[in-house]
Amino acid sequence: MLAYVIRRVFQSIFVLLMVGLVAFSMFRFVGDPVENLLGQERTQADIERVRDQLGLNDSFPVQYVKFLGNAVQGNFGISYRQGRQVSEIIAERAPATLELAGVSAFFAVVLGVGLGVFTAIRRDGFMANIIMTTSLIGVSLPTFLIGILLIYVFAVELGWLPSFGRGETVKIGWWSTGFLTESGLKAIILPAITLGLYQMTLIMRLVRAEMLEVLRTDYIKFARARGLSKRAINFGHALKNTLVPVITVTGLQIGSIIAFAIITETVFQWPGVGLLFINAIQFVDIPVMAAYLMLISVMFVLINLIVDLLYFVIDPRLSADASTRGH
Amino acid sequence: MSSKKKLIGALLTTAILAGSSALASAETLRWARAGDSLTLDPHSQNEGPTHALSQQIYEPLISPDMEAKPIPALATEWMVKDGEPNVWVFKLREGVKFHGGEDFTAEDVVFSFNRAKMESSDMKELLVSIKEVRAVDDYTVEMETEGPNPILPNNLTNLFIMDKGWAEANDVTAPAEFDDGEETYAVRNANGTGAFMLESREPDTKTVLKANPDYWGQGQFPLEVTEIIYTPIQNAATRVAALLSGEVDLIQDVPVQDLDRVAGSEGLKVGNAPQNRTIFFGINSGDADLENDNVEGKNPFADLRVRQAMNMAIDRDAIKQVVMRGQSAPTGVIMPPFVNGWTEELDAYPKADIEAAKALMEEAGYGDGFEVTMHCPNDRYINDEAICQAAVGMMGKIGIKANLVAQTKANHFPLISGKTTDFYLLGWGVPTFDSEYVFNFLVHSTTDDRGSWNGSRFSNPEVDAMIQSLGSEVDLDKRNETIGKIWQVVQDEQIYLPIHNQVLNWGMKDNIDFAVQPEDQPHFKFLKFN
Repeated sequence: MLAYVIRRVFQSIFVLLMVGLVAFSMFRFVGDPVENLLGQERTQADIERVRDQLGLNDSFPVQYVKFLGNAVQGNFGISYRQGRQVSEIIAERAPATLELAGVSAFFAVVLGVGLGVFTAIRRDGFMANIIMTTSLIGVSLPTFLIGILLIYVFAVELGWLPSFGRGETVKIGWWSTGFLTESGLKAIILPAITLGLYQMTLIMRLVRAEMLEVLRTDYIKFARARGLSKRAINFGHALKNTLVPVITVTGLQIGSIIAFAIITETVFQWPGVGLLFINAIQFVDIPVMAAYLMLISVMFVLINLIVDLLYFVIDPRLSADASTRGH
Repeated sequence: MSSKKKLIGALLTTAILAGSSALASAETLRWARAGDSLTLDPHSQNEGPTHALSQQIYEPLISPDMEAKPIPALATEWMVKDGEPNVWVFKLREGVKFHGGEDFTAEDVVFSFNRAKMESSDMKELLVSIKEVRAVDDYTVEMETEGPNPILPNNLTNLFIMDKGWAEANDVTAPAEFDDGEETYAVRNANGTGAFMLESREPDTKTVLKANPDYWGQGQFPLEVTEIIYTPIQNAATRVAALLSGEVDLIQDVPVQDLDRVAGSEGLKVGNAPQNRTIFFGINSGDADLENDNVEGKNPFADLRVRQAMNMAIDRDAIKQVVMRGQSAPTGVIMPPFVNGWTEELDAYPKADIEAAKALMEEAGYGDGFEVTMHCPNDRYINDEAICQAAVGMMGKIGIKANLVAQTKANHFPLISGKTTDFYLLGWGVPTFDSEYVFNFLVHSTTDDRGSWNGSRFSNPEVDAMIQSLGSEVDLDKRNETIGKIWQVVQDEQIYLPIHNQVLNWGMKDNIDFAVQPEDQPHFKFLKFN
């Protein structure tokens, strides 16, 4: 077990280093940051001076090693665009993204599981069919279009919800939360739906398929024969046995919820790290881009690591295999 | 007094009509545009949205008004010193206080100019001609230039004055260097003399400004706005939606396809004005051979007839109607109308004439046409990529097969300054409102301090000498005559292919009385509610 964990951790570090290397080799293609840093009156001498200061004349492996050296000490540098510490900006923006991702994931899981069970039990029902058909929208429409549609209906036409931003936020220590104000709660609804819709339909379809499978099995028939209540059969026996794959998929999707937040955040001007990243790309703000990409890859690697380790916990056969190897 | 009464009357009517909340909200202005200011440090970035926010908080000696005409701000009058043509004298406004309560005096002006001339300042290029700034007394400043500089005041409209004591106390006596490794105090804090004071700032999210109760301009400007809430909204559809839903009161950067929508909505209107920015194509006429074409051993653009044919092939009216939805002013010269040196003859543009253009191509020996790469930004100007696509079709009609490469501005502009593109789109604004600025950057041969954006590679020693003479010519008539001569060469040689001047559109509530400013800089002290 311990050897396995150590091996996985080393693999993860290797993956991180490779991600960073690929990222740095790509930055050249995003453009030249100096163009954005200096006004149109700049001279060639200014350009050279700034390139030199920023270390842009170094080859990308050298830039990468320098970045790593500083990053290990917790220093991600200064944003070209804002002139502020990158770590400070990301810490300031992270709560917005995490709250949005959390609410979306919650919405996706609760509604996804609920509707999945419903559509499985009432397989041929009228409502179930309507839900299944509309869920196609969630799978097939691109996020930004759903966002714009929601804004148009709920902000412009009905005027119920705000079209952009996070509303009023309250600071608790360094964490800024929108959960404690009315405008903050209203503001999170549309972006959370936009971001979570795809995941919700995915979970719903998964739960439905698994449920249909399980409902056909012998022990369910036997449970019916025993005269158990429908509720006990559906939720106590059937749902429980569908949840293992659902949890795996959901765990992995949390990573993509945070990563996909880029588009949702741009549509709703949600002040999170995704919007920060988009702005950084447009401005060729290399320190911010580098820090963001490293952060996201750390997150993905961590989630995968946890999922791998969870298998050990959930499935005893894995560890049993390892210990009985050679017999 | 009567206008104040009228205002109160109007406010009361609105209050009665719209309920009691209207009175309080009528004074708060919620303002949105695509991008945020990059920094509050007034000398760190020479960039539009950054200056637009700084103009509310800080003030220059001479300020642009809503027509971009210079009006006195912290200087009340300025003149060339008697007998010394290279010294400008500025009389400063007395009794002005910074937001922190510090008195504004000549030493603040000297300090701010020296700060703006430092190497890490982005404003220094506008001040290169200044040799020394000195305080004569508390309210008089003299600026000595290298030679006589008749248009120096034009360069100062975005040059903001900071308080010396405040800067020293907060260790921001120099603009931040890129390798400082730390945020400086001036990035998110500000202490100016302007009509609005900084209340709070979260970069990219929200900035709140409050009216300055001790502003020197009380009684001179409307000053009806008591609070400004500024939120950048990057996505164009969301920005328009925020205006339509009433969550913001004024937006800049209304996309042309949404203009009718906004103008047709109840309670909203669109204001427009020609912008200080001309869009044009640059063509490499100076090199012996081109990198990006299929003609071996020579440069087709070096032939004047080819350049003229290209100019004739461009249908500017079609670009205006189809690409810009009517929101552009086609032009035949690469400067907007408010620039000194502009004339109607220069502005006149030829009707598209494909037959004549083809004949010229034939005459030049390119009857069968040629291929060339066209470079275009896709995130800088209004519908920039679409303009290029339209131009590709127009060039195709005279046999020039242009291969379009459209990319982000951070990739596009280095091609021009690095002189690696032969055919490119560029937009140019003239912050000094004088032709010399255009010549210095776009017409003069590329040297250490001039011609940095001259992607045409046009180089003519006589023209260079004329351009250099503009910097120190004190006789304005003579200077204007030289400007006219240089423009004649630019037009005769067809160095550039002008397309149009952009039109600015601001969408706002229709109870707002506010002109659109040609430099896209709202000065909210001029805003009135009706």
